[in-house]
Amino acid sequence: MTILIDKEVRKAKYKKVAYYPGCALEGSAQSYDKSTRAVSKALGLELVEIKDWNCCGAMEVKNVDPEIQTYLSARVLSEAQHKSKQDVVMAPCNGCYHNLKKAEYDLENKDKSRAVTEKISKKAGHETYKAGDVETIHALDWIKFGYGEEELKAKIKGGLKGLKIANYYGCMYTRPRHIFPEKDQGRDSESTSKPHYMDDLLAIAGAENVEFPLKTACCGGAHTLSDSDMSTKLVLNILQAAEAAGAEVIATECPTCHSGLEMHQIRALKRLSKKTNVKVIYFTQLLGMAMGLSPRKVGLNFNISDSMKFVKEKGIA
Amino acid sequence: MRTIAELEDYMESPDSALNPTEQVAVFLQIGEEILEHWVIAHGGVPTQDKKEGFRVLALQRQGSKGDASFNACRETARELAYHYNLVTLEPEHKDVLARLTMAQMVAKHLVLFVGGKLQVSGLGEFCCSSKGLRLNKNEMESIAGENHG
Repeated sequence: MTILIDKEVRKAKYKKVAYYPGCALEGSAQSYDKSTRAVSKALGLELVEIKDWNCCGAMEVKNVDPEIQTYLSARVLSEAQHKSKQDVVMAPCNGCYHNLKKAEYDLENKDKSRAVTEKISKKAGHETYKAGDVETIHALDWIKFGYGEEELKAKIKGGLKGLKIANYYGCMYTRPRHIFPEKDQGRDSESTSKPHYMDDLLAIAGAENVEFPLKTACCGGAHTLSDSDMSTKLVLNILQAAEAAGAEVIATECPTCHSGLEMHQIRALKRLSKKTNVKVIYFTQLLGMAMGLSPRKVGLNFNISDSMKFVKEKGIA
Repeated sequence: MRTIAELEDYMESPDSALNPTEQVAVFLQIGEEILEHWVIAHGGVPTQDKKEGFRVLALQRQGSKGDASFNACRETARELAYHYNLVTLEPEHKDVLARLTMAQMVAKHLVLFVGGKLQVSGLGEFCCSSKGLRLNKNEMESIAGENHG
């Protein structure tokens, strides 16, 4: 796989990308989808939604048969390449992003993955995806490099006015390291131990990022169904840590983390009588509002927790 | 070695009589103990080695061998070591109590994460399912009977 570091090359390449919203952004994370599309429009970055995309395999398929998950993700990449005619896929969901990267790694390194993917692709009647044909990026890469940080500064209207933010990346954005060969490559690359791309973008938008030691900690998302109380305790600790760090907002870039934080914030109050006031907002929503887009335009009214009054009081909207 | 429930209880209400240096040492010890639980539950013998001067890092590394999902607490273990250093190397610092609070929350996350994974481990690379490592065989069979009875 080619590791692109050159900013200019990336900028040209990410100007128009295949968009893979995935299941979450069509359901529980509609506000992430809405704000991603709104930011795209405001920045003049073109999103071509992949025709006939399918589930990435998420956790469920991966745990039953990891090779089937690799195939499902490979099919998404194949559709992007052959039907949508794109060589970059942008996935805002950490689960999708992680799975496409994992499929890329497996297809490059494992004979069995290649054989299974080829067999099912033939049977399903579509082109077999070959490792290296498409580059998978996250929404953070897309904005940071596709638009550019200097250019973004000029687009900020009003900004985030020193809003204190804890940037929360969750566990899948950087792990496992080996499926992200472009990370930890020095200057301008993302760090797997202390990610900073969201911090960078929101600082440009006028936020004051706080030191947050749990930025890549597990949100307990996977425990939600099997052990809801454990999820609530994990989330409550994350929310309390963010508040102790001085944050008014937790910025998110993963729909699983985001909905978990929002839902268990409410559950912590109901089940444990523990109230936290920190707001949970997608980074694309914050970025959009910093550029002058209305809260409704970035889907703030679709979030579970009500942040409308808060952003108005802060003068962000 | 304290039970997981005892570790969780301590993290909820730590001994307020301890000074910050003593307290953060307890948090670090708790981080090691919860990782010992993980290693033992997987049939291993907890290492006494240290990595970069910390046993908590060596234990996390030992626990993640053969289980990539356990790397989800790699940075949490590192943050615990970092906050231990912050408190012990500058005990008179004006922010020492804030640093101690953060060390407590990091250690608490480690206890909850590992404890939770032990309770419901095995679903896959990044999550958990119903392989109850905390339960003994009879308890598991009893639950299975209730579910299918």
